[in-house]
Amino acid sequence: MIGIFIGIAAVVALISIGQGMQNAINEEFSKAGADRLTIQPAGGFAGAYVSEKLYQSDVDVVNRVKSVDFAVGVIIQTGRVKYKGETEGASIFGIGSDEETRRFIENVDFFLVEEGRQFKSIDNNVAILGSNVAADRFDREILLGEKITVENKEFKVIGIQKKSGSPMHDNMVRITIESAQELFDLEKTEEVSMIFAKVKPGINPSVAAEDVRKALRKDHNVKEGQEDFVVVTAEQMIEGFNNILLVVQVVLVGIAAISLIVGGIGITNTMYTSVVERTREIGIMKSVGAKNGDIISIFLMESAMLGFFGGILGIVIGLSVSKAVEIMAVSAGVNVLKAYFGFELVAGALIFSMVVGTISGALPAKSAARMNPVDALRSVM
Amino acid sequence: MKKEKPIIELNDVKKIYRMGEVDVPALNGVSLKIKQGEFIAIMGPSGSGKSTLMNMVGCLDVPTEGKIFLDGKDISKMSESGLAQIRGKKIGFVFQKFNLLSTLTALENVTMPMMFQNVDENVRRKKGVELLNLVGLEKRSSHKPSELSGGQQQRVAIARSLANDPEVILADEPTGNLDTKTGRDIMVMLKKLHNDGKTIIMVTHDPDVGKHAKRIVLIKDGMVVSNHKE
Repeated sequence: MIGIFIGIAAVVALISIGQGMQNAINEEFSKAGADRLTIQPAGGFAGAYVSEKLYQSDVDVVNRVKSVDFAVGVIIQTGRVKYKGETEGASIFGIGSDEETRRFIENVDFFLVEEGRQFKSIDNNVAILGSNVAADRFDREILLGEKITVENKEFKVIGIQKKSGSPMHDNMVRITIESAQELFDLEKTEEVSMIFAKVKPGINPSVAAEDVRKALRKDHNVKEGQEDFVVVTAEQMIEGFNNILLVVQVVLVGIAAISLIVGGIGITNTMYTSVVERTREIGIMKSVGAKNGDIISIFLMESAMLGFFGGILGIVIGLSVSKAVEIMAVSAGVNVLKAYFGFELVAGALIFSMVVGTISGALPAKSAARMNPVDALRSVM
Repeated sequence: MKKEKPIIELNDVKKIYRMGEVDVPALNGVSLKIKQGEFIAIMGPSGSGKSTLMNMVGCLDVPTEGKIFLDGKDISKMSESGLAQIRGKKIGFVFQKFNLLSTLTALENVTMPMMFQNVDENVRRKKGVELLNLVGLEKRSSHKPSELSGGQQQRVAIARSLANDPEVILADEPTGNLDTKTGRDIMVMLKKLHNDGKTIIMVTHDPDVGKHAKRIVLIKDGMVVSNHKE
């Protein structure tokens, strides 16, 4: 039974956490808005390991696409942040300070400001901090109006973001795109890490994405299929993440399934022992009229019960583990990961463990039924 | 009050066990007729084949050769579950070692045979209580076998043998594990069942027990050597 409950516990915990993660990602993306397009250089993810590049001129191209309401280029880099002698790494997020960008940002949950204000176009050397950067990363909380140093340049904190639950956004230092260009030597090239675009109301995001692709292809002078950029709708992004998650989950559940098989073998072993121990009992039952089918169902029922109780134990432990992971995640600052406790998960795991129990009991039950009543009655055990 | 119709008929029954290359005959051509309502003792020394004979009559085993008719039906070529069906309905077993299930209470042991005939639970319970009453153990119905004396266990076994109203009671050394006095009580009970019209077939090696029967069949070396009425 130990094998069964460990196996079920592992499967339940993995599915619970996996489902919770999926829910968290879906939620995160729906916060970001379904009408958003993300344009990235081809061959990389979020600015890492990218050989192709995007430039401010691309932002202008996207802005001219008819189905696009508004597009903005951002710079995402990692940088050192110094505050009162302490240095920490953070992601530095450079974004425009003009009126239109601000309106765009104000509609996105991740960029809401709790204290202070958003950028104004006249701002220079100012920063808005993610809630974690302000509250937790440094020994002392960073307060509004204080100074921090990003990559040897001083910035005045003019805003602190509302906690969004997304680790990426809660740990960022937001500065104006001009400051970012200066910090990372991108003034000349006008390179951007990513372009965000908002689709015009009433237009299907995937149609707009295709328009953007067409325009950029023309501008970059490349053929379809050889693009040096990627345009992703929010929906595709969710899908992409979910696919990755699914693969991870399938692999993990597959590993857990191995322990279930081991558990099943354990049940088979237990049942064989039980059949041998109860040979005489089987003989007695046969002598009073038990048919082979009756004996089989008695032993199958028993092994299904073994599976059932193993399953209950496994579900309890599995859900506790995933709850513990959730608590750990929250204490690590990731408060969007909620362990998933669905009825169908519990019911499915229970049914599954009973099925494993039943299958494992099949062979021993058959051997019990095949016993000759005369020999069985003569057995001393 | 004996009815003349044979309930069990054995026709030149042989049972041969194969031990490696050697054939060991346990029954060597036994023919026997048992009429309904008889009380018969099958006697013989150990190794004579009397247990094998009882297993045949009790449908626990099938003969290598020959035919066995129970109630006019040939059971010698029946399938395993067909035999189980007959055992459950027509035959009640009483064993030397009682053979009660140790995990079940007296009442559950008595009602178990009815379970295999798919009798409704309420009917089972009612009949089980009745039968425990009959053997005088109504106060012990929730006791496990380990909490009962040998004589009480054998009485539970007798009650169990009656659960499906069988025509034949097969008793294999029913007093073998009991002291003389308790054994006598059990014999009284079997005689009473005989008087109520049950066919009783008893296997024993003890002449004192055998003399309770109305007919004694003596088996030796797998053959019937004498067959007489008292």
